[in-house]
Amino acid sequence: MSRILQSASERRAETHPLTWRLHDDQSPVLLDEYRSTQGYDAVTKALEQYTYESLTEEVKTANLRGRGGAGFSAGFKWSLTMKGEDVPRGYIVCNADEMEPGTFKDRLLMEQQPHLLIEGMILAGIANRSKQGYIFLRGEYHRAAASIQRALIDARAAGWLGTDVRDSGWDFDIALHTGAGRYICGEETALINSLEGKRANPRAKPPFPGQSGAWGLPTVVNNVETLCNVPGIVNHGADWFQALSGDLSSDGGTKLYGVSGKVKNPGLWELPMGTTGNQILELAGGMRDGLTLKSWLPGGGSTGFLLPEHLDLALDFDTIGKTGSRMGTGLLTVVADNQSMVSLTRNLEEFFSRESCGWCTPCRDGLPWSVKLLRALEAGEGETGDIELLEQMASDLGPGKTFCAHAPGAAMPLASAIKYFRDEFERGVTRPKGTAHADPIPVGSV
Amino acid sequence: MNQTTASSTTIASDAFALDPADREAILEERAHYPYPQAASIEALKIVQKRHGHVPDGAIPAIADTLGIGVADVEGVATFYSLIFRQPVGRHVILICDSSSCFLTDYEELRDAFIAHLGIGMGQTTADGRFTLLPVCCLGACDRGPTILIGEDLHGPVMPDEIPILLEAYS
Repeated sequence: MSRILQSASERRAETHPLTWRLHDDQSPVLLDEYRSTQGYDAVTKALEQYTYESLTEEVKTANLRGRGGAGFSAGFKWSLTMKGEDVPRGYIVCNADEMEPGTFKDRLLMEQQPHLLIEGMILAGIANRSKQGYIFLRGEYHRAAASIQRALIDARAAGWLGTDVRDSGWDFDIALHTGAGRYICGEETALINSLEGKRANPRAKPPFPGQSGAWGLPTVVNNVETLCNVPGIVNHGADWFQALSGDLSSDGGTKLYGVSGKVKNPGLWELPMGTTGNQILELAGGMRDGLTLKSWLPGGGSTGFLLPEHLDLALDFDTIGKTGSRMGTGLLTVVADNQSMVSLTRNLEEFFSRESCGWCTPCRDGLPWSVKLLRALEAGEGETGDIELLEQMASDLGPGKTFCAHAPGAAMPLASAIKYFRDEFERGVTRPKGTAHADPIPVGSV
Repeated sequence: MNQTTASSTTIASDAFALDPADREAILEERAHYPYPQAASIEALKIVQKRHGHVPDGAIPAIADTLGIGVADVEGVATFYSLIFRQPVGRHVILICDSSSCFLTDYEELRDAFIAHLGIGMGQTTADGRFTLLPVCCLGACDRGPTILIGEDLHGPVMPDEIPILLEAYS
């Protein structure tokens, strides 16, 4: 299970909307307690005071940006959903397929506070006129599955889900769908294919899921943390949400930030959006004794490496975006000075290579090739031109060359590792071009 | 269905019959979706829970139960990494090999498992007790290096802790 490293006394309703109810002993917040602490008040308010248009507008004004890593405005996404009296009601799908390397935030929310997610999904259902919600949960999250399943039963029994929700005349229910592995399921359209019981290959866009998603109906896919922010916005308003980040960021709200790698105190913290990397690293107690930080990933394996000098920047979507990297999920992975960037990049590209669904040629064939080159460099058997070839591949795997963002995600750490740590890669080049190197370990073996 | 019988002449010799409780559970899952194919992954997981893996004969049995094509079920069964189409050990040890665990020395842990069990990744011990497999980021990076045995998450796991850790799994 995941742990929030702020104690209960530090977390307050006004400043920590995602985690203020969580217990220090990590036990889940059950329905009675959730209800007695403003839980489901937002659903009552939305049913009584909002139309689907005004609810969408409120979330749009709050500038809640997608916490799965892409940073797309949730309210704007909802405004694009086909809906109206003459449009069949579709689906809200919660992307709970948390598999981005270095990311462990959604696990916390689902294990310890499933009702917040359910409430957020009901609100998203109201705003998008959906008839049904699905929580697409990765199969390895057994504790989260049990926690969600119990919460769904309790919420249904109390009338928050099902036909005629709280005597409002409005119907909405949620089912839990658990996966069976494969990182690609986290990609929005691949996730929809997987939900339909198909192989998780991505779909061409357009049509976008909001027009034609699951089973051809309007479908909204939002991340767990994104949906968990919606009840607070409905309860307290868009201005309150904006004020949570104050002057730190134009992005509203708080963020579940985290750190992993060789720090003294790895973990999670709910902090205002726009908190700097230095402040988060300080909460993590800094690097373990004897180590210094060489590089870091701001939010998962598909974000670009940054340097210690970037730790002063506000961790939000636009600020980190300007460096050429992405904030992604906002959970930092730190690299120590005695750890090899070539080896780490090789590890990342092995991951992306294995997890490619094989649908698009650049991704299916390019990624194993990059692994082969990186293994040669790591073994000190690289040829002149290998680094330039990797750079070319990073460019050829970039946005627009493939159906989905898997290949561009793989290209980002590759390109940035070479950009900032070229000398480490150059040390692996020991042979003239054309003296074909043996593949040290056949690609495909583990 | 013709499709079922045509493609399962050799498979049928397995004489696989779905357990009535599993068939019931699959039909219950089917009710959660507007189309039956959506329940195919869950159906495979239900069968796997009972048998440890998905035997060949289960594929047409699931297809029949859901009223969908055999190829659709097999297509899904061979795509997802946590559906096992071959027998595995009583306990599957999934070792996270993603970046955060890599940076907290997963490779040493993996090598220690290989040495302790005397098998490679993807293999099963001769006594049928353990299978070793890699897995995507387990989402517990603050506890790296992490592993999942059955439904139990462990981390951080140090190489010298392996013998004691595995005693709980007979």
